[in-house]
Amino acid sequence: MRALLVSLLLFSGAALGATPETRLSGVFQAIEANRLDDALRRVDALILEHPNFRLAHLVRGDLLLARARPLETFGNVAKTVPAEKVDGLRHEALARLRALRHRPGDDRLPRYVLQLHSEQKHAFVVDSRSSRLYVFSNDNGMPKLVADYYVTLGKNGMEKTREGDQKTPIGVYHVTANLPRKKLTDFYGSGAFPINYPNEWDRRQGRGGYGIWLHGVPREVYARPPRASDGCIVLSNPDLESVGQHVQVGLTPVIIADEVEWADAASVAAERAALAGALEQWRADWQSRDTERYLAHYSGRFASREGQKYDGWASHKRKVNAAKRWIKVGVSRVAMFRYPRERDFVVVTFDQDYRSDGLSNVMHKRQYWVKEGASWKILYEGAG
Amino acid sequence: MLSFSTRWGWLLIALALALPARADEVQEAAKLLKAGQHRQALDAVNKALKAKPRDPQARFLKGLILTEQGNSKEAVEVFTQLTKDYPELPEPYNNLAVIYAAQGQYDKARAALEQSIRTHPSYATAYENLGDVYAKLASQAYDKALQIDSSNAAAKNKLSLVRELVGRPAAAPTAVAAAPKEPVKPAPEKPKPAAEKPAADATAEVLAAVNAWAQAWSKKDADAYLSYYAKDFKTPGNEPRAAWETTRRSRVTAPKSISVTLASPKVTMDGAERATVRFRQNYKSDVLKSNSSKTLLMIRSDGGWKILEEKSG
Repeated sequence: MRALLVSLLLFSGAALGATPETRLSGVFQAIEANRLDDALRRVDALILEHPNFRLAHLVRGDLLLARARPLETFGNVAKTVPAEKVDGLRHEALARLRALRHRPGDDRLPRYVLQLHSEQKHAFVVDSRSSRLYVFSNDNGMPKLVADYYVTLGKNGMEKTREGDQKTPIGVYHVTANLPRKKLTDFYGSGAFPINYPNEWDRRQGRGGYGIWLHGVPREVYARPPRASDGCIVLSNPDLESVGQHVQVGLTPVIIADEVEWADAASVAAERAALAGALEQWRADWQSRDTERYLAHYSGRFASREGQKYDGWASHKRKVNAAKRWIKVGVSRVAMFRYPRERDFVVVTFDQDYRSDGLSNVMHKRQYWVKEGASWKILYEGAG
Repeated sequence: MLSFSTRWGWLLIALALALPARADEVQEAAKLLKAGQHRQALDAVNKALKAKPRDPQARFLKGLILTEQGNSKEAVEVFTQLTKDYPELPEPYNNLAVIYAAQGQYDKARAALEQSIRTHPSYATAYENLGDVYAKLASQAYDKALQIDSSNAAAKNKLSLVRELVGRPAAAPTAVAAAPKEPVKPAPEKPKPAAEKPAADATAEVLAAVNAWAQAWSKKDADAYLSYYAKDFKTPGNEPRAAWETTRRSRVTAPKSISVTLASPKVTMDGAERATVRFRQNYKSDVLKSNSSKTLLMIRSDGGWKILEEKSG
């Protein structure tokens, strides 16, 4: 069993290249193989290059202490040190090692990324349980894992609901800005990428707070413990720089989940096809000017951005559509993301090209689709 | 946590004292050092070196005297030169390491000790010291991991306390042989029951007195603690008794908690009125841990067995 784990580790290490994290895992491999001198040499070299990598110092402490007397625990600091001081580092070590050992295979896809549109080059998926941010590239609309990074999340856990709760939100967001290092204090490290929390869905749920960012760490540390931020997603500075190279402001989706649901490509494709079908039917029915068929796509619980409920909104649509002699609706650049934690709930965004004998306009639209019985219905729509 | 205790390589000095043929300044200097007369010892050894500048025993002794005088810089020079001229001797490396460790230069101490062991793989003292140095390096690594400032005043106080506890080394020829072979520190042991020594009630009495002394210390009961010292107790460096008592009183009462346990005590009776007790002393307080060997010269008096002399090593 141990041999198997080690070989898995070797494999993933080789695939990822020599990051400080994979080098640390090399130290653990040496420890597992009982090559303690080699382990100490490796951790010394790692610390020489990354003197602010506190976890590496902890491991070095253990390796040195082991030469003096038997260790009782990982992070065998003096008993007088409060447990919470060293627990953060212990948890960081576990999170990093687990993530390297349980990296999802190429045939596993996050269930949330149903469709990326052609201009979205990447999507980020954050897994709170494994303290990991996964970067997916756009492979003909389907996600393909290209890198993953250790992250620090809210010190009080997940599902942000109010300002100051020090939790990280769960949901589908996107990057809204790029704040370079020089505009920030050292606390944010090599940069920051705010996301659009609270989004429309959060507001409808009455969730408050603001200022959820992806950002780096202060100079004096390489990383922070897994649960230490005020709700932000925090990466080591080199990792933030790597992730930052993939960011397209206004486009890059950031999906934050408690525990990512992984699925095979076929079931993701099937779900995508069903939703694409529903969206196309909605477009065709709108264009047909058969208002009742069009309205059948909307949930009875629908509400518009302005807070208009289904009945008022439906009678308004009936009035508008009845006055038209023709309508043409074009839909392009479609992206679809299943919402984490919510049951059968999908965010769909697209460019809508609406033309009619009266009014024409082009807009970027956001819809929330929810499954009611066997069919997908629209719960919300608005510009987005 | 700091548990570094200095263990000197005394082998050469033991030799110097044991060689009757060398009735010269070297032997004289060694005696003077043992008696705490450092300046005279230095004069004697310098005189010897004038005649034989390369003599390893004299140079080693000079290094010890300089260390005792607090002249670490010159002591380091002497020991370093010895390692160059006599790379096969492990003791100079060991003593270099002890000086470096006292200065907080644990990486240098480690290198010197590893060298000492390389030249002499069975040199137990170096192993023991190396264990302590690794523990100290580990503690520094942990401090970096936890971002505790290890250069703060508390840490410095600990160091001076260590010196205080370990005291000046006693040039007992048995010191090296008596050092435990294992670099791993033993867990505090309960003192061996006196019943193991079938012969002597006196032995049991001596042991009881030493245990009571350790207990009074553990309870931070300074009066009881001081009551175990004989009237003509030989204070370190012939310090006036009152001054010594004041220092001891504050050392015994200052920590929040103290625990002193004795391991493997050995009582040697010298007639019916005098005894020598050797043991490992495990000292633990809220600020400091130390494990060192200690020798008490005990004398029988009206109030029972009292301490006449207290030596480390």
